[in-house]
Parts: sequence; structure tokens; C-alpha cells
Amino acid sequence: MSDFDQELDASGLNCPLPILRAKKTLASLSAGQVLHIIATDPGSVKDFDAFSKQTGNELLESREEGGKFHFLIKKA
Amino acid sequence: MEEKKLAIIATKGSLDWAYPPFILASTAAALGYETQVFFTFYGLQLLKKKLSLEVTPLGNPGMPMPMGMDKWFPVLGTALPGMQALMTAMMKQKMKKKGVASVEELRDLCQEADVKLIACQMTVDLFDMDSAEFIDGIDYAGAAAFFEFAGESDICLYI
Repeated sequence: MSDFDQELDASGLNCPLPILRAKKTLASLSAGQVLHIIATDPGSVKDFDAFSKQTGNELLESREEGGKFHFLIKKA
Repeated sequence: MEEKKLAIIATKGSLDWAYPPFILASTAAALGYETQVFFTFYGLQLLKKKLSLEVTPLGNPGMPMPMGMDKWFPVLGTALPGMQALMTAMMKQKMKKKGVASVEELRDLCQEADVKLIACQMTVDLFDMDSAEFIDGIDYAGAAAFFEFAGESDICLYI
């Protein structure tokens, strides 16, 4: 697991809340900082991929561990 | 990145149909879209301060019912008094359990993200609605004003 600057636990939340919370949290970070998001919504895998492509915030890592989905997003 | 635009027309005032406009608008805003939602006819119910949205099984063959009722329950039975209230309560409970946001929450997120919510002035007048019934921070406008934005939009949805 790489380093991150802030963590967001979106477990139990369903579409589109994980994306909306991530967007809000990213707004409080500075460019280059990394946000670690934890989610349980299986749809979030494709959603964070799409979010990253459309907003330019780089998706450094996307993986499943222990039934949860982990994402590392670097603020553009 | 150049800002894209999403224009939505929301015409329905039931609990189930409240979700698509607010989910899409809030998500689009998070993706960097400039977004406007134009609420007309029954869609105006979604702008009320106090929401009393319901979902009905009546005339809705696609609605999943408890205990497989959608398979054997007579269609006329869905018109029974109390049925709508019961299905609404069950739907809300299910949504809460599954971590689906409430309509109020999604609407707040839209406003926070600067999604422009516009009430159709003609329908407000038609139904003798009072602007005091509606949430703050919305605009009132007509079809021409909507086209000013929709004509420039990348995506335009009628819901």
C-alpha cells in the first residue's frame, strides 16, 4: 500500500455517494496529495475509473481486499 | 479541461422518479459539468421544502413487490387504500438499508455543487403554488430560458 495524505471511508454507501464524497474531500487537498478511499459498492470500481478519466485526478491504485474496494487518487 | 454542460428536464413527482435527476445532476457536477435542472409539472414536487414523495405499485408492473406479490397479487389489489403508503414505507426502508441517499440529501449535494435548479414559472402559476413552499436558492423561469442553456449543452435529458 502506497502512502496517502487523507482517508475517506465510504463503506456502506451506494452510488453516487462514494464519488460525491470523494470529490468533496479532494477539494480540501492540495495538488499532488493522495486520497485513499474505501468503498463497499461494487459499482464504485468502474465509477472511480471513470471519475479519474473525466476529472484528470489520477487513479494510482484500485484493488479489492477483504470484500472492500480501495482506491488511491492523486489530486491533479 | 473545457467545462461540459448537462441540461435535465424533470417532469415526475414520485419517490422513485425523484432519483434520476438528482443522482445524475450531482454526479455530473462532481465530474466538472455545469448542470441545470428544469422542474416542470409534477417535477415541481421535488423542489418542495417538505417532501412527501411516494411510490405506487398501481399501474407499475415492473415494481418488485414483497413475497413475490408481483407474480400472484391481483392488479386491482394494488389500488387498495394504504397500499401506496405501505410500498413507500418499504421502499424508503430498503433504500436506507442499502446505503442509498435520501432525495433530500442528493438535492442538498446538488445545491452545494452549484447545480442550478429552476422551477417552471408557468406550472407554479397553473397549480397556484406558493414560492414559500419551495426550497431557497432556486430560480424561476420559462422554456426560452431553459433553451438558452440547453442549446449549448453537451447532454440533454428529459426525465
